[in-house]
Amino acid sequence: MTDLPHTTSRKMGLVIDLDTCVGCHACVISCKGWNTENYGAPLSDQDAYGADPSGTFLNRVHSYEVQPEQGHAQLIHFPKSCLHCEDAPCVTVCPTGASYKRVEDGIVLVNEEDCIGCGLCAWSCPYGARELDLAAGVMKKCTLCVDRIYNENLPEEDRQPACVRTCPAGARHFGDLGDPGSDVSQLVAARGGMDLMPEMGTKPVNKYLPPRPKDTLSQTHEQIDVLAPFLAPVAEDTGGFLGWLDRALDKLPGGSN
Amino acid sequence: MHPAPSVIVFTTLSGLGFGLLFFLGLGMPEVTGMVAFVFYLIAYALAVGGLLASTFHLGHPERAWKAFSQWRSSWLSREGCCAVAALLTMGVYATGAVFLQSHWTLVGALGAALSLGTVFTTSMIYAQLKTVPRWNMVPLTPALFLTLSLAGGALLAGQEGQAMGLLTLAGLTLLAYWHQGDRAFALSGTSLATATGLGARGDVRAFEPPHTGTNYLLREFAYVVGRKHATRLRVIGFALAIALPLLCLLLPVQGLMAKHLLAALAVVLHIAGVACTRWLFFAEAEHVVGLYYGKR
Repeated sequence: MTDLPHTTSRKMGLVIDLDTCVGCHACVISCKGWNTENYGAPLSDQDAYGADPSGTFLNRVHSYEVQPEQGHAQLIHFPKSCLHCEDAPCVTVCPTGASYKRVEDGIVLVNEEDCIGCGLCAWSCPYGARELDLAAGVMKKCTLCVDRIYNENLPEEDRQPACVRTCPAGARHFGDLGDPGSDVSQLVAARGGMDLMPEMGTKPVNKYLPPRPKDTLSQTHEQIDVLAPFLAPVAEDTGGFLGWLDRALDKLPGGSN
Repeated sequence: MHPAPSVIVFTTLSGLGFGLLFFLGLGMPEVTGMVAFVFYLIAYALAVGGLLASTFHLGHPERAWKAFSQWRSSWLSREGCCAVAALLTMGVYATGAVFLQSHWTLVGALGAALSLGTVFTTSMIYAQLKTVPRWNMVPLTPALFLTLSLAGGALLAGQEGQAMGLLTLAGLTLLAYWHQGDRAFALSGTSLATATGLGARGDVRAFEPPHTGTNYLLREFAYVVGRKHATRLRVIGFALAIALPLLCLLLPVQGLMAKHLLAALAVVLHIAGVACTRWLFFAEAEHVVGLYYGKR
């Protein structure tokens, strides 16, 4: 049944650090790679080498510019995938029971054998986390790499979602957000982790860490280039051989002053 | 939202079909034999034809039967169950009317209620979506579907008196839906600021999309083609669906033939008008996911 579980034992999810993300899209590529070769139907591309290529992705990185009232605009890279909501509207709208939220870890999954590809779950998702695969005709979404995180055939350090494992900046964190003592929960508490579109009432499990304030130079110093004092010439009058050569060359016709 | 032809055809035709079944179930008109057969043929052709059209946009139509299972949580599943129940119940009632010259009033009333219930469940599929503020209007969205279905049903059933009242009601609901719908997105409070959570820091704008090409989300949710004609299409849709059919009914004509011809014209105009407003229903609807792409 596509009723949501009242509670889940754990709330596995991601914490994404908007301060650290450099917008390299490595998570997008590793996600597509892993999920094309493993769980469920492959993530297909249409017209991949033609004039109008498009394809199915479970994770995409947007970039936003934020212009504060005063000061410079800030560019913020913004990875977005399924937030594995506690009150997931995509699950309850499913007419076949293909969409479900797991009681044991809160992961939202699609049983592709039951999916009729009606698209209503994608309509109900405010985050654009679900994409209908045009080749397979079934709905695809982030599985939190359910085939990695419990996979004992993989070395232990690889038992986390492909996007987290690959992130070169360490901007993505994986863990149990239902356990207040977990690393991710402490990170969220320390950095003021936030929900996307809280007004939608979806109660996302994934949290986003807002960018931290940038370093500002002390207001009392007028000097902006803090390195300049260290790079200033230490001796103006040169002595020794180079000093003699300098003076000798100056004396030749055409030499300066 | 992308106005998929299959969904427009489905909601328009099956709305009319179930509207007609509602009136037939209540014995309006109380027909038997061959005349009843023709009435039920039209009603079933519209209702079933619409339902079949709706399966065309599925990725796996062969699994559509699985959609009857989740009636506890899903409006789409409830719609499927309700539609089949309505068609079966009205089938029993129609058998009595066509072959046995008898009207089983209770069965007819139940069938009428289920027919109207089907239209209601269809409307709730859209009205439940918080992600599309223009649709997420209860009771306005269900009222729109129900009044249009009833008005069309009355027209098809030849119930002129009811048709005039219901057309007027549907027209008023349509105007209210447009008026309220135009403000729904702003009232929902969702913006790029809440979508990114960055609103408190300053003015957020989409700087770079995640990809150079298009994708499923943009094709499905950020459909903007033809929105610039929205006002003109509203006038055309309103005229065809409401005003002109009313005029056809009000025109004082002599003779049964002329009356029938005008009624037929009213039906054709009404269907074209409802299809036009249904196209707008989808094309004008803005999904909040468009915000992430800096689109509406």
